[in-house]
Amino acid sequence: MSEPVKVKRPRGKARVIAGKCIACGARCQSVCPINGVEMSEQGEPVIETAKCIGCVKCVKACPAGALEMFYTPEELAIIASFEKHGGEEIDEEELERRSRVAAYKGVWVFVEQNDGEAAKVSWELTGVGRELADTLGVPLSAVIIGSGVDHLADTAFSYCADQAYMINDSVFRQYRTEPFLAAMCHLIEKHKPQVVLMGATGMGRDLAGAVATRVKTGLTADCTGLGIDAKGNLMQTRPAFGGNIMATIMCDRFRPQMATVRPHVMPMPQQRQGATGITIPESCPIPESSIFTRVLEVITDKGGKDKVDVAGAEFIVSGGRGLMAKENFALLEELAEELGGVVGGSRSAVDAGWLPQDRQVGQTGKTVRPKIYIACGISGAIQHLVGMQDSDVIVAINRDREAPIFEVATFGIVGDLFEVVPALTAGVREMKQLRS
Amino acid sequence: MLVIACLKQVPDTTQVQIDPVTNTLVRDGIPFIVNPYDTHALEETLRLKDSHGLKSVALSMGPPNAEATLRKALALGVDRSILLSDRAFGGADTLSTSNVLAAAIRKLGESEEVGLVFCGKQTIDGDTAQVGPGIAVRLGYSQLTLVDRIEKLDLDAKTVTVRRKLEGRYEIVEARLPAMITVVRELNRPRYPTVPMRLASAKAEVESWSNEQLQLDVNSVGLKGSPTWVSRIFSPERQEGEIIGDGLNDPIAAARLLLDRLVQGDMLSV
Ligand SMILES: Cc1cc2nc3c(=O)[nH]c(=O)nc-3n(C[C@H](O)[C@H](O)[C@H](O)COP(=O)(O)OP(=O)(O)OC[C@H]3O[C@@H](n4cnc5c(N)ncnc54)[C@H](O)[C@@H]3O)c2cc1C
Ligand SMILES: Cc1cc2nc3c(=O)[nH]c(=O)nc-3n(C[C@H](O)[C@H](O)[C@H](O)COP(=O)(O)OP(=O)(O)OC[C@H]3O[C@@H](n4cnc5c(N)ncnc54)[C@H](O)[C@@H]3O)c2cc1C
Ligand code: SF4
Ligand code: SF4
Repeated sequence: MSEPVKVKRPRGKARVIAGKCIACGARCQSVCPINGVEMSEQGEPVIETAKCIGCVKCVKACPAGALEMFYTPEELAIIASFEKHGGEEIDEEELERRSRVAAYKGVWVFVEQNDGEAAKVSWELTGVGRELADTLGVPLSAVIIGSGVDHLADTAFSYCADQAYMINDSVFRQYRTEPFLAAMCHLIEKHKPQVVLMGATGMGRDLAGAVATRVKTGLTADCTGLGIDAKGNLMQTRPAFGGNIMATIMCDRFRPQMATVRPHVMPMPQQRQGATGITIPESCPIPESSIFTRVLEVITDKGGKDKVDVAGAEFIVSGGRGLMAKENFALLEELAEELGGVVGGSRSAVDAGWLPQDRQVGQTGKTVRPKIYIACGISGAIQHLVGMQDSDVIVAINRDREAPIFEVATFGIVGDLFEVVPALTAGVREMKQLRS
Repeated sequence: MLVIACLKQVPDTTQVQIDPVTNTLVRDGIPFIVNPYDTHALEETLRLKDSHGLKSVALSMGPPNAEATLRKALALGVDRSILLSDRAFGGADTLSTSNVLAAAIRKLGESEEVGLVFCGKQTIDGDTAQVGPGIAVRLGYSQLTLVDRIEKLDLDAKTVTVRRKLEGRYEIVEARLPAMITVVRELNRPRYPTVPMRLASAKAEVESWSNEQLQLDVNSVGLKGSPTWVSRIFSPERQEGEIIGDGLNDPIAAARLLLDRLVQGDMLSV
């Protein structure tokens, strides 16, 4: 090794920690400034140690913690002599970015409504939004866009909002992407919120994806957990890979930080009747003639043959393939009726035609959060679990002790559902009789 | 007129498992598949090719091995299959993914008018449902998500009427072309490739475009163009439940025991 006049602090080399790479799509390779990372057939990196300049970019980029830095023995010796020095320096670009980000203040919740009736998820969001706003020491605002929606401001105040931005105009009578996108972006550019939350519903996902693209910021989908880190950035936790893993997503360099949350994932806050707040009237004039999308007809299921709201129920008795036949769901109906609840099911049960689609619980069905969820003859596939694991109490009835449903259950009975369920129904009836 | 299907190649997440010891994803031998919803997007593209004589194109952004997905699309009958692959595209979030896909669609539009772009409702790995709206906004197309039926396509008037499947209701919506449509499973039943088509597709060429063709700012694609980043990955915590009684031999007693526990714990009141 030659002796340079000024010895640079050795930066080490990157290496892969065996078994940790999840093949996320070559993040490590894409950030390496010297093309020192090759990807294998399995999508895992191979680092050319000789080329590596130790910039640590790949290590930072890896979401799975699959890369680490290590020092060669020579490097370690040099490091020892550097021990006293240290301290992070902030360059100008970083300073400018920080001041840009700091201009955004406040937590917003988009109030989803249909014909002036707010979706419950909006208030679940003001509930969690309140906590975020308090941690950050900023106001919580509801954003209300619609026609004939003035009354929703008071509802928002009763559900924890400090203020409400209100756009009330006939062009917003029915949800359409274009006008709502324009209105939302107008408000964001004008008032610069740091956090914007929306329900992960058909409407919320349609709008959030469009807004984030136009204002060029990040959007985290279907969060199950929201928190604030030490630097005041939003930590957004969500399931990915079909619920097999949880990921915490950050959007610390851009504003606003946008997130969607599925209905029933966050608890409904206590309503404070008579609470007041400030309504801030806004406008975003859009002539109807400039909009090329028209809602010709709305067909509601209301009053249809099946209007059971699984997602809103307090007690759910759910059945899966273990039920064997459509008729057997009568057993579950009986128990559900005794409890004052409803019957739901797994996708297998729905696919078999034993239940209508809107009773399906899980990743591609409803997310539920009842007081008690009783899973009968359901194995507990991850796609099912993501839809019900936040229930207050989970009871699993399955004859296979190894079924994964027992891993999320509060209480489990290993047994034949055709024996256990009727016994439960009888037990509840008996308890009721004793009571009266 | 072009009709375009966006296809993402994804790991079959139903087969992904967590190693209980190391708490990491076990991916060995997990096959890559076409995102299930995207097969419906592709099918609709092929139907419009058959019914309205549109020219069909399949697009996928991904690593070189995503060519397999595009080859399947050729076997099913699309006219062109284009892989968007470049080191600079790696590690993309939805914002930078839609940037690349929109740029490719824009480029296709330079030589032939684009009528419709079909995407899946969401993927089974990233699962965000954000890429479709991203494409629509970037291109200024009409955005129609969660479509389960195409009611009418009027190429002369340049309008499309669809049915959207929302929570507890359907909406019939008419919009102007070009339109970006995301599709749900109920839309159609995807076809299977016939043997002659599969054989023909083995020889057909999957085109490949890198950023040389798209000429995007490298700071707007891939990881660099992504405002979101994954700071931590962990397996969902689950506390093991308590098994009540001996349900196999005495179901009635087990049921009683369970009800007692629920009532005592204030979880149930009758
Ligand atoms: C993209 C995608 C999305 C999906 N989305 C969803 C979703 O939203 N919701 C969903 O539920 N699934 C979903 N699935 C399907 C999921 O992977 C499983 O296939 C499904 O949940 C299994 O249903 P099951 O538990 O009823 O059936 P099985 O897995 O077949 O389980 C039946 C269980 O019943 C038990 N059993 C049988 N007889 C009895 C008896 N007499 N007494 C007691 N126990 C008995 C068995 O031991 C077994 O554990 C999805 C899959 C994919 C690929
Ligand atoms: C653990 C984890 C969590 C993540 N969370 C987020 C997050 O919260 N926010 C975020 O912005 N990004 C996130 N990402 C990144 C995201 O998965 C990628 O951006 C991905 O390229 C596209 O997102 P998606 O899979 O969710 O697609 P979706 O938006 O769900 O896809 C909808 C449709 O768009 C089309 N499409 C999507 N990707 C492609 C493609 N590459 N080629 C062709 N067509 C395509 C398909 O038709 C697809 O059906 C996450 C990644 C990981 C690994
Ligand atoms: S540390 Fe830097 S130079 Fe070395 S492999 Fe990683 S990204 Fe490339
Ligand atoms: S960034 Fe990490 S998870 Fe992604 S490919 Fe590289 S090593 Fe694997």
